[in-house]
Formats: sequence, C-alpha cells, structure tokens
Amino acid sequence: MLNSRRLILAHLWLAFGVFGVAIVLGAWQMLIRSPLRAWISDPEWYYRSLTAHGTIMGYVFPTLVAMGFGYAITESSLGQPLIGRRWAWVGFALVLVGAVTAIAPVSLGRATVLYTFYPPLIGSPFYYIGVVLVVVGSWIWVALMAINLRAWKKANPGLPVPLAMFANVAGSYLWAWTAVGAALELLFQLIPVALGLSSTINAGLARVLFSWTLHAIVYFWLIPTYIAYYTILPRAIGGKIYSDLMMRLAFITFLVVAMPIGIHHVFGDPQVGAGFKFVHSTFTALVAIPTLITVFTICASVEIAGRLRGGRGLFGWLAALPWNNPIMLASAFSFVMLGFGGAGGLINMSYQLDATIHNTQWVTGHFHLIYGGAIVIMYFAIAYDLWPHLTGRALTDLRLMRLQLWLWFVGMVVTTFPWHWVGILGMPRRMAYFDYGDPALASDALPVALSAIGGFILLASGILFLAVLVRGQRAPVVETEPYRFATAVHPPVAVPAALNGFGLWIALMVGLTITNYGYPIVQLALRPGGAVPAVYIGAQR
Amino acid sequence: MSQEAPLSLRDPWVVRSIAVVAAIFVASVILGFMVFPLVQPNAQASSLWDAICSAAGIVRAPTSEKPIEPQFTVSPAVLTSDMLHGADAESIGRGATLAHQCAICHGPTGVSRADSPNLAGQYATVIYKELKDFQTGARVNAVMSPFALGLSEQDMVDLASYYAYLPRLPAYHPGAPLPLPRIVINGAPLRGIAPCGACHGALDNKVGSPWLEGQSAVYVKSQLEAFASNDRRNDISEQMRNIARRMTPQEIEEAAQYYASQPSPDVRSEAH
Repeated sequence: MLNSRRLILAHLWLAFGVFGVAIVLGAWQMLIRSPLRAWISDPEWYYRSLTAHGTIMGYVFPTLVAMGFGYAITESSLGQPLIGRRWAWVGFALVLVGAVTAIAPVSLGRATVLYTFYPPLIGSPFYYIGVVLVVVGSWIWVALMAINLRAWKKANPGLPVPLAMFANVAGSYLWAWTAVGAALELLFQLIPVALGLSSTINAGLARVLFSWTLHAIVYFWLIPTYIAYYTILPRAIGGKIYSDLMMRLAFITFLVVAMPIGIHHVFGDPQVGAGFKFVHSTFTALVAIPTLITVFTICASVEIAGRLRGGRGLFGWLAALPWNNPIMLASAFSFVMLGFGGAGGLINMSYQLDATIHNTQWVTGHFHLIYGGAIVIMYFAIAYDLWPHLTGRALTDLRLMRLQLWLWFVGMVVTTFPWHWVGILGMPRRMAYFDYGDPALASDALPVALSAIGGFILLASGILFLAVLVRGQRAPVVETEPYRFATAVHPPVAVPAALNGFGLWIALMVGLTITNYGYPIVQLALRPGGAVPAVYIGAQR
Repeated sequence: MSQEAPLSLRDPWVVRSIAVVAAIFVASVILGFMVFPLVQPNAQASSLWDAICSAAGIVRAPTSEKPIEPQFTVSPAVLTSDMLHGADAESIGRGATLAHQCAICHGPTGVSRADSPNLAGQYATVIYKELKDFQTGARVNAVMSPFALGLSEQDMVDLASYYAYLPRLPAYHPGAPLPLPRIVINGAPLRGIAPCGACHGALDNKVGSPWLEGQSAVYVKSQLEAFASNDRRNDISEQMRNIARRMTPQEIEEAAQYYASQPSPDVRSEAH
C-alpha cells in the first residue's frame, strides 16, 4: 500500500529537478576545461559551478532519493501507513530550505569551496548551515525509519523483517552514523570560523573528520541501488531472489565495514600515521565481501528468472531474459559499470598503488563511474518502476526509456574511461585550466575532448529521463496493482535474531569507528600547532 | 526490537561476528604497526616501539641535532584575515601624523609619483607586514629600512590603518588598460606558477598579498627580479621566490605593465 504518494513524489521530483540543474552545470564544466572551447579566463566561474554541481549531486539529490524511496519501501513492504508523515514533511522542508540556503551563496561566489569543503578555505556561513539543514532533514527520515520498523515488529513479533525494509533501515543507520564526521567538522570547525568566532582552523583534523563521512556516504548513495538489485529486478523480470540470507548478510556487512575505512581518502596527508592508513586499507578491502555476495546473488537470481522463462544450457538463460524491460537493461548496465568502477577502486584503496593516481583525474573518473554510472542508473530504474504506482498513470514510452538508459550507459563510459586514462597520464583533478598547447599536455587533449562529448551525451540522457517522467505525469489514469517487492526462492520462516535487527551490527560499526578513528582524531585535536589561518572566500575584494 | 530476546554473548552470531572483526583488526594492526615498518628495506624504525609510534603518526624530531638556522632574518609576521580590522579613528589619526615622513616618496595622498609603491587603500595587513619586515631586517632597502627602525608596534599598526583608510585613487601613471596577459589570468601551471591574479587582483585577493592595480611597472618588475635573484626573501613560505624564479623576463614585463595600466579596484567597480 502506498498511502503517502504526495510525500514520495515531492521527494523524487525535487531530487530529479535539482539533478537536472546539476547535470547542466556538469556538462558545461566538462566543455570549458576541454580543448573544444577557448578557456573562459576566469577560474572562479568554473569552481563556482563545480561547487554547486558537487553539493547538489553529493548531498541533495541522493539524500532525497533515499528518503523518498525509503518512505515507499516502508509503506509497501511493511503494509502499514507511514507513522509520522507530518515529521516526514518537516524533513522534506528542511532539505529544501537547506538546499536553497547552501546554493544561494555558492551562486553569489561567496562559497566557492567545492562540496568537500577544503579548509582552510572558508565560505559564507550560510553554505555550511544549508548543508547542516539538509543533513538534519535526513536524520528525521532515519528516525522515522527506525520508528516504523519498531511499530511493525511490535505488531508482528518474531516474523522476519521484509528484505526491502531491512536493507532500507540498514542504509538509514549507516547514513546516521556516517554523517556524524562531517557534522562534527561543520559544527565545531567550519561554522565557527565562517562566523568569525575564530580565524584559524585545524585543517588536518577537519580533513580526517570529513574522511569519516566521505567514503561511507558513497555506500549510503549505493543502498537504494542495491535494494533495487535485490528486490525490484527479480520481480520485474519474473524471478525470485536467490537467497534471503545472502541479502541480509550483504547489508549488515555494509553497515559494519563501510564506515571505518575513510582514511584511504587521505593517503596523501602527512598528519595521519601510516599504520592507520594500512588498517583502513585493510578494511576497505573487506567491502569486496558484500559486493561479491551481491554480484553472485543477483546473477543467480537473474539466472533463475532466465530459466523460468525457458532459457536452457550454459548461457541460453541470458538470451531468454527480457532485455526490452528497462529494469533489466538498467541493472545490466549498472553491473558493467560497477565492475569497471570496482576494479578501478582496487587501485584507490591500496596504500601503495594509490600513490600513482592520488588526486588525479583518475579519481574523478572513478567516482563518476561508480556513482553517476552504477548507482544513478538504478535511481532511474527505481523511478521508472515506482512512478505508475505514485501517479496512477502508466509509463508507456518503453522505447524512450531504453534509449535514455542506453545514452546514460554510453555517455558514462565515454566520459569516464578517458577520464581514468588522463589520470594515469598524471592530469591533476580540481583544476580549471589546462594548456593543451604545451607538448607535455598535448596527449591529454584528445581523451579530454572525448570525455566532454560524453558529458553532453549524459546531459541528453538526463533531459530524456525528465521528459519521460513529465509525460508519465500527463498519461491517462490506469488501475495499478499494489506495489510489491521480489521475494526469495525460499522465503525464510524464521531468521536468527542477529539478522532480524541491527543492534550487533551498529555496535560493531561504532566499535570499529573508535578503534580506527579514535586515536587519529584525538591526537590531531590535542596536538598543539595544528591550526592554520583560514582563507576566506572573497574576503579582500 | 522490543519483542525479541536481547542479543547475548551466548548467541553464536554475536560471538563469531565480534571474533572475526577483532581478528581482522588485530591482524591489520600487527602488520601495519609492527611488521611493515620494520621489514621495509628503507625502514627507519630502530625498535619495535619506535615503529609503533611512527605508524601511529606521533611527531618526533628526526634527529637530536638542532635544525640549521637560515643565514638571513626570517619574517616574524603571522597574518590572519581578521587582523587589523575595524581600526578606530584615533589610530588612523595617529597614522596620518606619522605618515608625513612617508609622503615624500609615497605621495601626500598615498599615490606615488616616484616609482615607489602606492599605499592609498592598500590592505592594512600588507603594510603592517612590510614595515615589520623592514624593521627586523627580513626585507632590506637602503631608504625604507632606516625609517622603519624607529617605529613602535603601535606606530606600524597606526600607519597600516591610515593607509588602508585612504580612498583608492587612480594611480599617477596609467594610460589605457592593457588586455590580460596569460601569466596574470592563467599562470603557467606546468611550471608551477599560479596566476598572478589569483592573489593580487584581477581574479581574487588573498590575505598578505597586496593589490597591484596602478602600481608602478618599474617597481613591480624590480621586486619580481629581486625575488628571482633571492635579494628579497620576506615572502611567506618562499611563495613569490618560487614563482619569480620560474617566470620568463617577458612574463615579468607583461605582468608589471598590465598591473601598472589598471585603475584601482574601486575605480574599476564604479566605472562598471
């Protein structure tokens, strides 16, 4: 049952609306730093656009998708109306107000600090306060997820929590704890300095606190995608989930190991000891476990569907799959991009190999492939799957949807593969201007130009996506069946208590945070001489 | 979770999960803190404890010997962006009186006709730092050094406040503004040169960097050459010396001519 349709639609429309703005900025950035166009001669505009693109795509867009999808999961998988709908609207309002508060100073050139903040650069306090409001809005969602699950458990003692809700709540807890690192940085470091209460900042500590958030936030973005793999894809292609247990294991493993690994983002920072870098590298490697569990389980689930549809032989089931179905197509593309992105990630997580690509365009290519590619294409799939149930109108443009997904896949490959390549050639990231006429950079020119073309393919795909949704909003009203999720081949009769709740896994997550982050944070906070003068954006103009 | 039995240490899931996670953690700590720091071919750790401290990121003096002191005076000025803000009228007034002795070179309105820097409307932190550096000997100039020698700390703050307070007049020299040269707007990334304009005006201004519009081309050029030849070395962290050394004579000329030809930032914004 989907009772809170307006609430869910509001979240998703706002999410995809801001996505539409940010993708235009992204394509423009690709163009103006490529050799296809003369340099605009003012890096400020580039960085301003970059800050807005990152802030929207990193904080606002995925958070709204996770929230909206989370409310849909709560109602449809638990079969009970959402408890606390008013609070959910409050959360939505906070995200909306926060997004506007953050983007306004960015547009005015008062917060050109990039979405990862980069102290000692300090922007307008409104920027940071806006980001905090977005996070607080999302924390309301986290609380509502916990409350709704608790009410369901009370009404259904001893029953296994439905898989989609189990994964959704795992994602919300992961986000709640993940956001604490950046929240500490914002509340105790950046905002006081931005308000002028202090003119120095401990930049080394701030970077370590941000790394607490920076890696696990990717898994927060990823959770809706994984939920879609497990609970939408098998149903959409007429199959079942290969294993209930595997899915639970995958999500609790994410909860435990996604967070205490962020120091691999600061491998290049001298203020963190090499020992801790190694420990974080080790735990980063463990993320392979839930990823490989998922790859295996989803391939097995899809094979079940293929064989149920009459596929025979070693590969015959692949041909029997409904490739016309946008969900099938999106999931296949997502898997291919996840595969390449994951393979590239092995370089990033290794303390030694990372040195070859640290802070190069490789990294930007990597996270666009994983996030923009593997993750966001499943956000499209989620929207396509959910939309008729939200609007009561069918999405009939299957050809347009397939074209959109193809363009996204091709665009993302054309954008990110050359991006990785120029990273290997040593092209640094976060730079606005490159002199491609110099012999040392001439070999970057062609891949960068290709990459910019990919950016425009992505822009075209993004516009098509919005067009499909708008047209869906105007289609005639139809009867829709209740929204439901895939079930396991062998639905569990009872699951171990540890796999039906989160207590143990939250304890391990917090425990690992203390062991992996406690000493570096305390040491940096207490060590004298860590503070450096803040550099205020536009302070002397 | 209220309906379920609370997780206890008798639950095999609890015991095994904690054991597995703890084992991985302990193994990675042994490898990262003890084994690798000691077995690496270029390992510098002398003992196990030394290796652990190093891996934990504890800052230690690399040797017991004293660091080598530079053979010249290093600037003692530490600048933050909130320094010398909101000067009171009294300070500005005292500065105006003290500035009588500066007027012969820097002009009665803070605009020079003698290829000395224009000071009217210059950032207070910049003027304060240069006075301080002339006084301590971090920067040396036959004319300026004797003037600075007798100034008290308060005198320097007052002078800085006064000149920062003066309106930014169009400078004496400019002709028609020149187009932006590449070195000012783009720098030379492959030689590690940031754009001049990123700190000194045209794109942005940073704390401790003077705005340069309307300054004498002769002065800007002579200072870049002094930085390049190491004759001037009061720049913070050698920023300007590293840049000036890598600039070509042509780039130095272009940057100097460009800034000299520009009206001061205030005049420019009024004209827009």
